[in-house]
Amino acid sequence: MEVLGIILAGVLVNNFVFMQYLGICPFLGVSKDFDMATGMSGAVIFVITVASTVTAALEQYVLKPLELEYLRTIVYILVIASFVQLVEIFMKKTLPGLYQALGIYLPLITTNCAVLGAAMLNVTKSYGVVLSTVSGFAGALGWSLAIIIFAGIRERWKLMDIPATLDGFPLALISTGLMSLAFLGFSGLFSNLVK
Amino acid sequence: MKENRASLGYDFIKGFIKENPTFALAVGMCPTLAVTTCLVNGFWMGVAVIFVLTFSNVLISLLRKLIPDEIRIPVFIIMIATPVVIVELVMKAYLPEMYSILGIFVPLIVVNCIVFHRAEAFAYRNPVLNSAMDALGSGMAFTLNLMLIGGIREFLGTGQIAIGNVVFPKAPLFEPAAVMLTPPGGFITLGVLMALLNIVIARVGKRKQA
Repeated sequence: MEVLGIILAGVLVNNFVFMQYLGICPFLGVSKDFDMATGMSGAVIFVITVASTVTAALEQYVLKPLELEYLRTIVYILVIASFVQLVEIFMKKTLPGLYQALGIYLPLITTNCAVLGAAMLNVTKSYGVVLSTVSGFAGALGWSLAIIIFAGIRERWKLMDIPATLDGFPLALISTGLMSLAFLGFSGLFSNLVK
Repeated sequence: MKENRASLGYDFIKGFIKENPTFALAVGMCPTLAVTTCLVNGFWMGVAVIFVLTFSNVLISLLRKLIPDEIRIPVFIIMIATPVVIVELVMKAYLPEMYSILGIFVPLIVVNCIVFHRAEAFAYRNPVLNSAMDALGSGMAFTLNLMLIGGIREFLGTGQIAIGNVVFPKAPLFEPAAVMLTPPGGFITLGVLMALLNIVIARVGKRKQA
């Protein structure tokens, strides 16, 4: 039941984009095109899930026994950065099409605050390795859900006559606000499952 | 590597308007939205960012000729993470309440796009003093942005603005809209502010043409 609660919380109730403000920069930057949004989602789900597992394991088996918790930020970001580099090299070799489509956004996953944010949230909630992985995966899934819905909305803008003052970021932020308002409706739901 | 020796004053000023982190470059959006439920939170977050930004910009600028191009990103990350850990520890010790309010967004300064953007776009290519001015300018502009957004959200969301023990106005003048303190309020406030700024820019542009 705890796992179900974590998944529901990650995807809907505590959605990274709409409720926690994590990963806003790539959310606004990569959502112009539906295919790119899906590609980025795949990369983000993979990176966040594995990064959550690795950081949680580090926390439990290295930082805690050695009482080095104050080095957490540095250790986490180094692990995440080197891991993203690894994914980049791997993708360049095996999925060159997707690699080119994602362009500069793949290295940007390093500075995607959702990755480090997910790892930090796991620490504050003191999840173990398994629950951290589940929570990271659910959060990433929620992020992907958000960006894919948003990319769908943005595709419609191409056909519309948007006032020049609202074009670009203002409209993107206001639409995100409205979507976030919709997701606010989930906050009361599943209250017995979601902590 | 091109050394661009513009005046120190310009490097300081440009952060406020031409390269304003929030409104012109749209970097560092996450903390801009997350911690701005009130003015004071915005201020402390801004101070933390100023410290990190100045520290990392100066360090990167000093070492810019020694850092190999290929591995500059990991090197930047370490140089940025160091001041972040300092801020984290100092804040935990002296401002424990603020630290718990800002929560994970203090360690998340390490992945703040502003710090990265200034490192990559400025400090890596410019002398130390210019980089320090650039960091101070961008950091202060960021702080002002956070305080502006925080102030608007706090005023509309609670009907008052509180700085320490001073509360203004004494009683709310209108029924506060609590939605402004929730995430949607943050997104909409920033969106509306950016739209207003676009209107101002368009007006100024027209006047210049005429």
